[in-house]
Amino acid sequence: MVSERDPGSLELAERVLRHADALGATQAEVLVDQTESRLTRFANSEIHQNVAESNTMVNLRFVDGRRVGCASTNRTDDAALRRLAESAGRIARLMPEGDEDVHLPGPAPIAYVHGAAAVATAEATPELRAAAAREVIAAADASGVQAYGSFTTDLEHVALANSLGVRAQEARTWSQLITVAMGAAGEAGYAEAAAVDCTSIDAAAVGREAAEKARSAREPVSVPPGDYPVVLEPYAVVDLLDMLGYLGFSALAVQEGRSFFEPGKVIGSPLVTIVDDAEDLAGAPISFDYEGVPKQRVPLVEAGVCREAVYDAQTAARAGRRSTGHGLPAPNPYGPFPLNMIMSAGDASRDELVGGLDHGLLVTRFHYTNPVHPKLAIVTGMTRDGTFLVEHGRVVGPVRNLRFTQSYLDALAGVQAVGRERRLLRGFLGASLVPALRIGAFTFTGATEH
Amino acid sequence: MPELTDRALDTAVQRGATFADVRQTRRAEESIAIKSGRVEGVSFGESEGFGVRVLVDGAWGFAASNRLTVAEADRMAAEAVRIARASATALRHRVQLDDRPPARGTYQTPVVEDPFALSVERKVGDLLAADEAMRRVPGIGFTEVRYDAQREWKTYASSDGSLVEQEITHVGAVIEANAVNGDDMQRRSYPDSAAAGGYEWVRDLDLAGNGERVASEAMQLLVAPQCPPMRTTVILHPSQLYMQIHESCGHPCELDRVYGTEASYAGTSFLTPDGLGTFRYGSELIDIVADATVPGGLGTFGWDDEGVAAQRVPLIEAGRHVGYLTSRETAPRIGRQSGGAMRADGWNRIPLIRMTNINLLPRPGMSFDDIVADTDEGLLLATNRSWSIDDRRLNFQFATEMGWQVKGGKVGQLYKNPTYTGITYEFWGSCDAVADERSYTLFGTPNCGKGEPGQNGHVGHGASGARFRDVQVGVGKW
Repeated sequence: MVSERDPGSLELAERVLRHADALGATQAEVLVDQTESRLTRFANSEIHQNVAESNTMVNLRFVDGRRVGCASTNRTDDAALRRLAESAGRIARLMPEGDEDVHLPGPAPIAYVHGAAAVATAEATPELRAAAAREVIAAADASGVQAYGSFTTDLEHVALANSLGVRAQEARTWSQLITVAMGAAGEAGYAEAAAVDCTSIDAAAVGREAAEKARSAREPVSVPPGDYPVVLEPYAVVDLLDMLGYLGFSALAVQEGRSFFEPGKVIGSPLVTIVDDAEDLAGAPISFDYEGVPKQRVPLVEAGVCREAVYDAQTAARAGRRSTGHGLPAPNPYGPFPLNMIMSAGDASRDELVGGLDHGLLVTRFHYTNPVHPKLAIVTGMTRDGTFLVEHGRVVGPVRNLRFTQSYLDALAGVQAVGRERRLLRGFLGASLVPALRIGAFTFTGATEH
Repeated sequence: MPELTDRALDTAVQRGATFADVRQTRRAEESIAIKSGRVEGVSFGESEGFGVRVLVDGAWGFAASNRLTVAEADRMAAEAVRIARASATALRHRVQLDDRPPARGTYQTPVVEDPFALSVERKVGDLLAADEAMRRVPGIGFTEVRYDAQREWKTYASSDGSLVEQEITHVGAVIEANAVNGDDMQRRSYPDSAAAGGYEWVRDLDLAGNGERVASEAMQLLVAPQCPPMRTTVILHPSQLYMQIHESCGHPCELDRVYGTEASYAGTSFLTPDGLGTFRYGSELIDIVADATVPGGLGTFGWDDEGVAAQRVPLIEAGRHVGYLTSRETAPRIGRQSGGAMRADGWNRIPLIRMTNINLLPRPGMSFDDIVADTDEGLLLATNRSWSIDDRRLNFQFATEMGWQVKGGKVGQLYKNPTYTGITYEFWGSCDAVADERSYTLFGTPNCGKGEPGQNGHVGHGASGARFRDVQVGVGKW
């Protein structure tokens, strides 16, 4: 295991707290985020970008009564830390008095998860990542296509201290291998694997999956836009969860009236259950949020019914309840987000999911999705890297990519079957564990040329 | 700190780099967020560090650190060389850079009123006044005002003799009113833009003076009928046309994307080199340039992050595709020299080919109002609300905040949730009017994502407004 304790981080945070206290802060919170990020990128079956970064960010939230000032720096000498406190304090004191109390969280026992970090990822070398890239490239070569992708190995050490007594620190690692295999005519296939421990990623298998899908995507035909039943692979399903999490599962979105989310409201089929659970070892476990609050398991949707949104300290105070441990670094005008979503598995094999389509589409993943109407969760985007026509339960061949304009809430309501296999994937909100889904109707509104 | 940059270059070369460059950057950022009368967040951030990029055995390596010491310069240079050697184990083409004389000099964004010197109290006061103006409109659901300022001091040095120093300042602001009724929510914003310059740019926006209009229009949208599906003429206001340029011209003209280096993330491009000089991108009215020299643009600088001087590069001339955004590595592949479009998001990122200011040039003849008056039937669309385009930049769909029916040359019925969609070259080919300079506006897009690890680009777009025929609008089920 990577050491969860880095005395330097908490000591750094304590030093900033002392500066804030000396400047008269009524409350203060310090986040120290140390990162060692490495990424090897390949395209046209060769490594073309290969980077490493080492950084330490120190964030201070300085509270003066009902006024808050935030400042950050990546300088860690004492003069810089004093300037940090002075900046945040000066900002706070120039603010107009707020109309609500500021609620930093108080200390609560943290049950540290085991499995937030892996030493192999923390110590991954450029040679290890290059070897993985070569395995992906070899799989592409064997199929007569080219490989494009990246292999990430990240180490983050998070430490938090606040003036109410919160002390928390944890090492976290993350690794992710993504691959697009592409043939001479542009036919493409996608595969991805992600894990806390990079040695659990089978690069050759990822390469083979993408390459085989690219081969099967050759010579696509056009199908007309319209409503189709679909099977969405997990790579597409993760976008559904991310977008719903972004648009609706945040307590701030609910409090501002811009969310579809209401406890007790039916938004999905009875087959749909989504929780946010940072303790599940099948996900990317972490123990506390960026306010130092222990992560809680939050049932977001149970059997299609909205249950709870996620809260940070401030939205919880407004609602008269406790934070669920979903705070982000201050200042955060966007509110809390679920960063560890897990969708319950069903009992259908992939063949059974596809077998249930009489005339429909198998979609590998989505591209460039964006909300058209946030409250109705209407989203537009494209299919990409492997879209296939299914007739009478069998994949009959590739089709050109389609644009959809679809309410993701209606998609959840239309879930007919859920896959029993799940994948850990990284979307734009965090790491999610998701199955494939069969959905009764999905609205495709346009087509493209490939 | 020339000692650090010199040391990093020396160590890289001593360890086998045939080329090396180093960027040392300090960035200061200030942001203010106001929500419904409440100051939601005010922050000031500083980040400083350096990144060493090397070529070894024809392969790239890069390492960056926030520790500004000579020892760390040695360590990062050595790490970059080690990474490059690992890259070389999976290399099929050695990188070749274009040959050019060393760059030397300094550049500074012209600023009248230093946004970092002005008191936070004063800026918050201005923004609260705009928020209050919006909230005076009865029935408005919630409001937001955001302000951002960023200044970068960066030194670029390379093993082939370049040394340039730049100080670049950007500011941006938006006010936003949201009207809510049951499941419906309508947003109206102004101007959601940014510029190179000082606080004078924010002052000129007159945010408070526009607050009531913005909020009133949000309320009007709530009761407006849904935009009907149809094929019709579309007139794009500059506040939407800039985003059309960004997605369907700026990105596909990035030559790294064309050569597949973004294929696993953002995709590739339909603008392949075999069509350079001949491919019909749009109608003869379309002239688009990448201009890093225009005052006030988010894509304006002295030199790019490879030490290549700012330039004005034609991308589309009279509707034909004639140029790309290029780097020292990619330009020689089309027989050209770098157009100076390599930009990095801070000290800890490598430079990538990014947009500078991608501008659709105005055409003398018709004003924007003349174009509206000249249109028998159509839709006038303003202010981008959402965007999406496929992985080769062909099939796009945009939503705007406002859509008005145009009938007999007059602006009439307001529609909500307007959308339009098309195929890039067909759409630009259907353009039969581009407005003159009277409505020409330089917009700033401070949130252009690209690359892995992700980089946020600040890019500019000039547009005066244009008309397009036979466009599908009103997409989706409502």
